[in-house]
Amino acid sequence: MKLKTNIATSENGFIFNPATGDSFTSNALAAEILGYLKSGESEAEIKNKILNNYEVELSQLERDWDDYMLQLKEANLLDL
Amino acid sequence: MYVSPDLNKGMGLTIAVTGLNANDNPGPGLAVIRALRAGFGEDLRIIGLAYETLEPAIYLRDQIDKTYRIPYPTAGVDALKGRIKEIQKVEQMDVLIPNFDAELYNFIKIEQDLLAMGIHTFLPSHKQLAQRDKVNLSAFGEQYQFKVPANEVVFTAVEIDNIARKFGFPLMVKGKFYEAQTALNIADAHRAFHKLHAKWGLPIILQEFIKGTEINIAGLGDGEGNAISVIPMRKLYITEKGKAWAGITIDDERLIALAKDFAKATAWKGGFELEIMQENNGNLYIMEVNPRFPAWVYLTAAAGQNQPKALVDLALGNPVAEMNTYKAGKMFIRYAWDNIVDVEEFQKLSAFGEL
Repeated sequence: MKLKTNIATSENGFIFNPATGDSFTSNALAAEILGYLKSGESEAEIKNKILNNYEVELSQLERDWDDYMLQLKEANLLDL
Repeated sequence: MYVSPDLNKGMGLTIAVTGLNANDNPGPGLAVIRALRAGFGEDLRIIGLAYETLEPAIYLRDQIDKTYRIPYPTAGVDALKGRIKEIQKVEQMDVLIPNFDAELYNFIKIEQDLLAMGIHTFLPSHKQLAQRDKVNLSAFGEQYQFKVPANEVVFTAVEIDNIARKFGFPLMVKGKFYEAQTALNIADAHRAFHKLHAKWGLPIILQEFIKGTEINIAGLGDGEGNAISVIPMRKLYITEKGKAWAGITIDDERLIALAKDFAKATAWKGGFELEIMQENNGNLYIMEVNPRFPAWVYLTAAAGQNQPKALVDLALGNPVAEMNTYKAGKMFIRYAWDNIVDVEEFQKLSAFGEL
């Protein structure tokens, strides 16, 4: 999963797609994941970080991850 | 109407601008003026040319130094030429920027007369003006291989039913110069036909409805096939009249390429606006080509490409380099403001044709 290179994100979770003019807001964890995606980290690396830093079961993380990626895809923010 | 001398006239550029109707279906005049003031600084004199006494920008005295009424386009080219000549005796205008579709024909017609008076313009030709006309959009698309919606030109209401059956609903019903209505059924289509006929005359254009995202592109062609500037804007807030009340600059190479292709194919001279509908599958349809700057043109200056200033430079023969960078994510949000004016000012313009 790669975030499109032109997508602008901010620390407070604001996402802007300059190609379409779409903008979105996200919560703190979603913004953190976007930051990792932007810096080129792999899916496995990001999931490891979340498992180490938050109290979450792997099965829950997998479900939420798939859901979030689907939202990013629908919002046209991923390079497929 | 007469012209009285203004003793406060400065020594810088004097630029005349039309399209001062900054209302809910705004003319581009005020945005053009604002961009010119941003581009040329203080040593600039702006002359407003108005058709009606209630064009709001007339009374924005920090934007327009003096306003003169000019005759309606239907009065013909001689009346227009005569009036401009009167004004020029006092104002020594350097450049004139017409901003209404309906007046362009006459201004193009007197282009050489204006130049002889010392007034420079930068306008498309009559041929270019006719090519992109709503009534010729299909032929325009076919000639230059641009995607345009299917449309038919009608002169009588009895033609509507057959065409509506072919295009289906919703159906776009468009006035000759301005305004469009979305018809959801045959009764809507007939109502829209009569309303637009009464307001703008014939013909009326019936157009296939294209579903998608509305994007507009403001551009400036140098008349030799080059687009000096291209700024795409996505509409964020659209009024009942279909006008952008808020918008944001976007960065999409395909849109920029489309505008450059348009300038190249038509060798467009002057400001233009492409109204684009982007389907979900990415197809880009040219819905309309406006032969002048849009009412949101100040956004081009705010985003880093001051199109009105560049047009003035082109009109004066100054070198203008192609502008290729701008800031995506620059927004405009229009607002309404009650400007308070004394009746004496209104009276001056009404009685003497100038303010």
